[in-house]
Amino acid sequence: MEDETDGCEGERDVNQVNPFWPARLHVVTGKGGVGKTTVAAALALALATGGRRTLLVEVEGRQGIAQLFEIPPLPYQERPIAAAADGGEVRALAVDPEEALLEYLDLFYRLGRAGRVLRKLGAIDFATTIAPGLRDVLLTGKVKEATTRTVDGRRIYQAVVLDAPPTGRITRFLNVTAETARLAKVGPIKTQSEGVAAFLRSPMTAIHVVTLLEEMPVQETIDAIGDLAAAGLPIGRVIVNAARPPLLTAGRITQAELRRGLAAAGLTTDREAVAGLQAEAKAYLTRQKVEQSLRAELDELGRPIVELPLLPDGVTRAGLDTLAATLLAAE
Amino acid sequence: MLDVDSILADRDVRIVVCCGAGGVGKTTTAAALALRAAEQHGRRTVVLTIDPARRLAQALGLTELDNTPRLVKSVDAAGGGELHAMMLDMKRTFDEVVLAHTDPVKAEEIFNNPFYQAMSSTFAGTQEYMAMEKLGQLRARDTWDLIVVDTPPSRSALDFLDAPARLARFLDGRMLRLLLAPARAGGRSMFNLVTASFGVFSRAVQKVLGAQLLSDLSGFVAALDSMFGGFRERAEQTYRVLQDRETAFLLVAAPEPDAIREAAYFAGRLRQDRMPLAGLVLNRVHRTQLPQLSAARSLAAAAALDQAGEHDSTAEVLRIHAGLVDQGVREKRVAGRFTRDFPEVPVAEVPAQPADVHDIDGLRTIGAALARPLSRP
Repeated sequence: MEDETDGCEGERDVNQVNPFWPARLHVVTGKGGVGKTTVAAALALALATGGRRTLLVEVEGRQGIAQLFEIPPLPYQERPIAAAADGGEVRALAVDPEEALLEYLDLFYRLGRAGRVLRKLGAIDFATTIAPGLRDVLLTGKVKEATTRTVDGRRIYQAVVLDAPPTGRITRFLNVTAETARLAKVGPIKTQSEGVAAFLRSPMTAIHVVTLLEEMPVQETIDAIGDLAAAGLPIGRVIVNAARPPLLTAGRITQAELRRGLAAAGLTTDREAVAGLQAEAKAYLTRQKVEQSLRAELDELGRPIVELPLLPDGVTRAGLDTLAATLLAAE
Repeated sequence: MLDVDSILADRDVRIVVCCGAGGVGKTTTAAALALRAAEQHGRRTVVLTIDPARRLAQALGLTELDNTPRLVKSVDAAGGGELHAMMLDMKRTFDEVVLAHTDPVKAEEIFNNPFYQAMSSTFAGTQEYMAMEKLGQLRARDTWDLIVVDTPPSRSALDFLDAPARLARFLDGRMLRLLLAPARAGGRSMFNLVTASFGVFSRAVQKVLGAQLLSDLSGFVAALDSMFGGFRERAEQTYRVLQDRETAFLLVAAPEPDAIREAAYFAGRLRQDRMPLAGLVLNRVHRTQLPQLSAARSLAAAAALDQAGEHDSTAEVLRIHAGLVDQGVREKRVAGRFTRDFPEVPVAEVPAQPADVHDIDGLRTIGAALARPLSRP
């Protein structure tokens, strides 16, 4: 599909992995709303730093990548979407299960025109929806193909980052052999799914779970990691998104203390100001305490944790670069 | 401003549907509304939850996924109301539909079919469809004054409205008939071209997936075909109930770009489908207690204290305040995107709670905040 290998200065070390992010395929999951797509994009930017090329992939037809980068909807085609620091390049691909099935059929059976007729009839939609396991094999199969693709013995991509389905569905999504084995007992799909399954369980793959320091996302993170481990899938890091700086670590502050401080700063010390600020501080401390106990729960998982800062101006391109730099600095 | 109490008190309103993106407090909002309807408005209420947080489920007494409404204890029943709660068991609901439409022997056959197993637990849209199916069942029983529904955390809000029709179309549609067709149609049918390409399809499927799979598939399809002739009708009936004045849709969002985008999308869709949209619940809103102290002034004062090397704690309190002011401004800007496009939709803002809600008291607090919302952005 790709015919060019030039344009990336960093080809000299494209076959070397980043020692702190050693996988080739980074699967990024998390509960809906935790910023999965943002983190996946930041990781793709991070791993492209220094003249490398990475591929950012989505598989759920949400066009989340296009929205994030404020570009038109992505086709089923790999195309450059962003430049990374020091001349790197991020490409993106929205994998569509129907297209993937047609591509697959075409590759193995030269279906060509008949494939298009089938699509018109809704047959492809039918085949991919009635057997979710089949759909997932096609999606992960495409991701595997992009990750392992080489030209003249050189990898096209330093790494592939997959903006994956959320924690509630991730194990089933990646556990392709189990799902397809229920449906296809013999035949090429079975062979294909075994290849994909082996790849997803190899050190080539790492599954990172994104969470916020909130109860439900942390609970789902713990559940998902348990499920993934039970299915023998390789777990990478826990990534805490939108972490706030620890403030008032000494604990509560009295009104008298606050009044003196405000006076020293030349601000009003009336009752309303002092009580209002104290109430805000108290709410912050309550939240911080909840966050601390959630952090402790995450620590118990025994997995490496990276914390990404809350972006005060929302997710902008500069914000993504900040997150990318934080990810790259993680050890 | 959205007046939640007048909706909950209105005897003509029989269904409240809470919808919106995942992770915005939809389930908590649904539970808080149902509790308030029972306690403050004396209504016999049932709340249908999809995937509640474990501790919230426990607070509602939902320790098992048994698909049956259970009376919630520790609800104040002085006003004559009651609260029942249930968690949707998608697979069981699907099984019930099958059992209701066929004899036990055939049902058993269907349950054992691998395609049924895959579809009843993973088909995109099954959860949405089953939520609607359950809602239809609860409504048909006419045991409750009010049914509050929490909707599944759909990939996109659209799925919720489309899923029933999509599933019905799928089960009832051309593809199914085509799959059954080769045997019936023969060579000279007017659908010759169609069946010819379908033959290509079925040969391809057979090659790719193997004959066993194809026979499982046609077994499944034949079983559904005999059983679900009226599937579409069923879905359309639920759809009409949703359009009726007895239903009130409440959008739930948080003041974050994704959630607001989803809410706006959904509002547009409801308008297009002429569904009764009652308002937007904006959860987790941050408001400063001291709007007269600006973020810039607060940060400057904190920096001055740092420089003087004293009153560290006050400096940090000032930074917390500045963060809150900025957050409030940002949230207003984001929420403004919705109100600009849908000025006619009333909004209720619920302040962010410092800790998560997982008891009846917490739900009461949320309910009270919903009824007395902050001022509009």
